[in-house]
Amino acid sequence: MALLDVQNLRTYFTTMSGKVKAVDGINFDVELGKATGLAGESGCGKTTAALSILRILPPNGKIVGGKILFKNKDIVTLDDDEMREEIRWKEISIVFQGAMNALNPVYSVGNQIVEAIRLHEPEVDERQAWERGEKLMELVGVEPSRLSGYPYEFSGGMRQRSMIAMALACHPSLLIADEPSTALDVIVAAQVLKLMKELKTKLNLGMILITHDLSIIAEICEKVAIMYAGKIVEYGDIVTVFKEPLHPYTRGLIGAFPDITAERTRMISIPGYPPDLLNPPKGCRFHARCKYAMDLCQKEEPLFCELKKDQWVACHLYSEGKIQKH
Amino acid sequence: MNEVIVKVERLKKWFPVRMGLFGTLLGRKELFVHAVDGIDFEVGQKEIFALAGESGSGKTTTGRLLLRLIKPTNGRILFQGKDITNLTDTKLKPLRRKMQVIFQDPYESLDPKKLVRSIVEEPLIIQGIIGKEAEDRVYRAMEDVQLVPPDEFLLRYPHELSGGQRQRVAVARALVLNPEFVVADEPVSMLDMSIRAEILNLLLELRDKYDVSFLYITHDLALARHLCDNMAIMYLGEIVEKGPVDSVLKEPLHPYTKALMLAVPVADPTSRRVEVVIKGEIPSPINPPSGCRFHTRCPVIIGDICRSKVPPLINVQKNHSVACHLYVK
Repeated sequence: MALLDVQNLRTYFTTMSGKVKAVDGINFDVELGKATGLAGESGCGKTTAALSILRILPPNGKIVGGKILFKNKDIVTLDDDEMREEIRWKEISIVFQGAMNALNPVYSVGNQIVEAIRLHEPEVDERQAWERGEKLMELVGVEPSRLSGYPYEFSGGMRQRSMIAMALACHPSLLIADEPSTALDVIVAAQVLKLMKELKTKLNLGMILITHDLSIIAEICEKVAIMYAGKIVEYGDIVTVFKEPLHPYTRGLIGAFPDITAERTRMISIPGYPPDLLNPPKGCRFHARCKYAMDLCQKEEPLFCELKKDQWVACHLYSEGKIQKH
Repeated sequence: MNEVIVKVERLKKWFPVRMGLFGTLLGRKELFVHAVDGIDFEVGQKEIFALAGESGSGKTTTGRLLLRLIKPTNGRILFQGKDITNLTDTKLKPLRRKMQVIFQDPYESLDPKKLVRSIVEEPLIIQGIIGKEAEDRVYRAMEDVQLVPPDEFLLRYPHELSGGQRQRVAVARALVLNPEFVVADEPVSMLDMSIRAEILNLLLELRDKYDVSFLYITHDLALARHLCDNMAIMYLGEIVEKGPVDSVLKEPLHPYTKALMLAVPVADPTSRRVEVVIKGEIPSPINPPSGCRFHTRCPVIIGDICRSKVPPLINVQKNHSVACHLYVK
């Protein structure tokens, strides 16, 4: 049984110009001790999916359909109090994008971790919480005595580690990491990635890793879901998807990656821009940028189907009986 | 190599650290941030020269020095053979036509209250190019960066454009004066992977079309590999390794270059994993470590010499030089 099973999730935002279908029917799961990567361009709905799982969408965003089964319980149906008391931080926590700047500059890092612990577990007293904070800092590789330090005294890498410590404060079983290393330098980013990988195994954490950088997903995850314009276009085991990508978009993304070891080549890009989600195109949402687009692609939306074991794809190239390989 | 467009010699920039009144009264020793500390390199015509390193290594300061946006503390900057180290602003103005810059963040570098048209036109106005010629140049620049048809974009505001389109506007603004040298400071690091390649291919095309030389500042070695001709790796204000990209990235010599390469994740789950061979973060440039500045993090330190003596930048193979005691014979 999967730890988290997202089924046909749809999250829309109401704006002055209409409904923005930020997440429009996505399916994926996360297992204990494993990581699932959500990849795609900015604006494809990755972060919205994460916010929906934690139910911390901004006021104009709403989950309009689908299920989020966490340990077999649909958390879409929970009320706000239940979410806060039982799920958030105790079961599911998040390391936000730009976490380096997410710490409050006027409180010590320790204070902020203690606050997170005591808010969710009121029975823990101040001293116990502080001790737990020290253990957490050790766990993420920061000298525990630095707990009383302020964010400005920390380097970028240490702040990011503190944010991870804070996310782990109430022993969650699922950790969502939104672009955990993008704002960091190469070497520090590599250190943080290594830490996340170690924590996943050591604490048997389920993880959702959100990023536009496929190389980070290749580094940490077991499964990957490629998102485009609010939908998942390809999903499956990381080796299968990276070695034999089926969807033209996935192929484009993988091709767009410069390889430091390969010979010099002209870099490949995906022409065009992602569609406007206020008014997504009919049929397959990728058809305008797809070099294999057929008439059918403009009319009918492709089904998301399991083409082979552990590899799902939504593309007309692979609709029944017409499997083509390139 | 062909004609040299920019050459720097022993270039230094130290920023004084503010001490406050008490510090001054108590006669404390004045402190400096050693942002750039004695570097030499040259950029040839039509060349893309990469300057790579972690944040705080002095890459951006070097870029600003070359454009003479700030004044060097020491050393010389030669632009097309002419010493521009101490030129006054008035004397620099005609030269600014020939050197331009593209900044990192297209969300911050474009004035949100201006139309794309005024943004691209501004350098022309400053240089006194107006009327029909200015209009022609704006249209040409927009076409060059493939924001076509130009009329569709000229009357928009930056917030109405996507990240990639904004960066194209920034490129158009830099190229509208037909510069000969452009400093591109991490021009794609804020963009999605899928559109990075487009912007970089655009730079390559423009280089071929207009013979522009670029100083490309980046921390992404993989991109440098596919884009640039020569490169220098900076660490704490110094160049630790430089040479042709192929040679530096295929056979890295300096332990820092090797560590940087191992830290780059590869988009292939079956290939090598990221290795972290160096600990900690870059030390403060206020009081840089003695001897080789990298010795505090170096995994292959060979002895006291690393702590006490500054390694010279020596030529190891053709045009490929490194500053490390491992290679001093």
